[in-house]
Amino acid sequence: MKSFRRLVYPYLVWAIIFIVLPMLMIVFYAFTAEGNSVMTINFTLENFWRFFSDSIFINVLLRSLKLALITTLICILIGYPSAYFMAKLKSNSQGVMVLLITLPMWINMLVRTYAWRGLLLESGLDPEIKVYIGMIYNFLPFMILQIYTSLSKLDQSLIVAAHDLGCDNKKAFLKVTLPLSIPGIISGITLVFLPAVSSFFIPKLLGGGSYVLVGNLVENYFVTTGDWNFGSAISLIMTIVILISMYFTRKFDYSKEDR
Amino acid sequence: MKRLKGLPSKLWLVLLLGFMYLPIIYVVIFSFNDSRSLTHFTGFSLEWYEKMLDNSTMMEAIYYTVVIAVIATLVSTIVGTITAIGLSKSRRAMKETITQINNLPMLNPEIVTAIGLMLFFTALNMRLGFMTLLLAHIIFCIPYVILSIMPKLRQLDDNLFEAALDLGCTPFEALYKVIIPQIKPGIVSGALIAFTMSFDDFVISYFVTGPGINNISTMVYTSVKRINPSVNALSTIIVLAITIILVIVNIVPLIKERKRKKNEEFA
Repeated sequence: MKSFRRLVYPYLVWAIIFIVLPMLMIVFYAFTAEGNSVMTINFTLENFWRFFSDSIFINVLLRSLKLALITTLICILIGYPSAYFMAKLKSNSQGVMVLLITLPMWINMLVRTYAWRGLLLESGLDPEIKVYIGMIYNFLPFMILQIYTSLSKLDQSLIVAAHDLGCDNKKAFLKVTLPLSIPGIISGITLVFLPAVSSFFIPKLLGGGSYVLVGNLVENYFVTTGDWNFGSAISLIMTIVILISMYFTRKFDYSKEDR
Repeated sequence: MKRLKGLPSKLWLVLLLGFMYLPIIYVVIFSFNDSRSLTHFTGFSLEWYEKMLDNSTMMEAIYYTVVIAVIATLVSTIVGTITAIGLSKSRRAMKETITQINNLPMLNPEIVTAIGLMLFFTALNMRLGFMTLLLAHIIFCIPYVILSIMPKLRQLDDNLFEAALDLGCTPFEALYKVIIPQIKPGIVSGALIAFTMSFDDFVISYFVTGPGINNISTMVYTSVKRINPSVNALSTIIVLAITIILVIVNIVPLIKERKRKKNEEFA
């Protein structure tokens, strides 16, 4: 069967060309000045300097992080009880609930966000609140399903044991259920926080242009302004910020090994 | 464990579902509105469905979405399956390399993958349009296909392949007659993931497509500036189609299961 090894090589070449090279191009553009040609390559840190010396850009970055953080927190606050109650339903109803939660996720995110736009059109809400509603709506199912998965796998005899050992309901929850569902919360955070930082169409559709996030900056510099060098630098900064946040999230995930 | 007797938990779940389905119900209702308004329902009409069929931009967007999703699914499933089979026999270093590379588009923010591909295609002097859109979809689908097939291959007994060879199969026949049927569930779920990923994609499509070529997502995004209730009509049709597919997918196994049980009773 070793001869099958060769089947990998075409994809290896493909992946290097179409996945690795494009990533390297972003790095290349971020560290060079505009007007590159093959002959003259001007390496520069100017793009990064421009970003970090302007409080407008820093504020946009902080606002994106704040939005992602609050979205994630609210998703946990709504998602945890939802998943907990779901896990307590009869097993048939559990299946139906999972299906009902999954179904909207199959419908195009753009279409759902477009619907919220219509719904909130005359609500008179602050654009920022509208963006939050759209974000929470889009990401909540991911959080619920992750937490639900970890709760439904939970060995119920552990809770019985906790009760036998003198825990009341509250204590059994805090000492047994909650700690054992932390892996679910962590993977929920990964699925919510990461795309939330870089989202750009929800703020644009619901915030109506007045609410700019890092994703919108990247979009602007690539699509409108055409300053690809600065746009690449911004996306590189965003990626690094996300990597750092994910590193700290993973650190909390002490049971990562089991998965 | 004690069934939660409280009504509050049921109420919570009902409210949750209300929140989840509110925009969907809204879209369906307003697709039948007889005025342009997105906030007042003035009467029933099929006006927006007719307008949708007459709207060539929309019909083209549907066409491109489906064509690209079908081709991207086919290509990525075939390439993904072949690669996964090769990968299961490869040395550890090769496995690691491919996994790490595949993780790039799966873990990076989509917008980063998108601009990377855009820069890359432009550097190659490719005109952004149908080909770049299709190529991009194939590129981001393959890692998901590989990811969903690998676990099936890991469960596979190596002796099966040897047995097929001993019984006179050529390696290729053994692959086709023994290995592929064994990992079929993985291939099917990989293809399904690829199809949904491609069908729903917005971010990557938005950056790698060119003028005149839209899929449903990019069409919705660009048509939002002018209020166009035909989008509601299109969304309603998508909702309906997905609901029917999901119901069938979820009910058919139940019916099969019942039949199987019945047959067992007779046996």
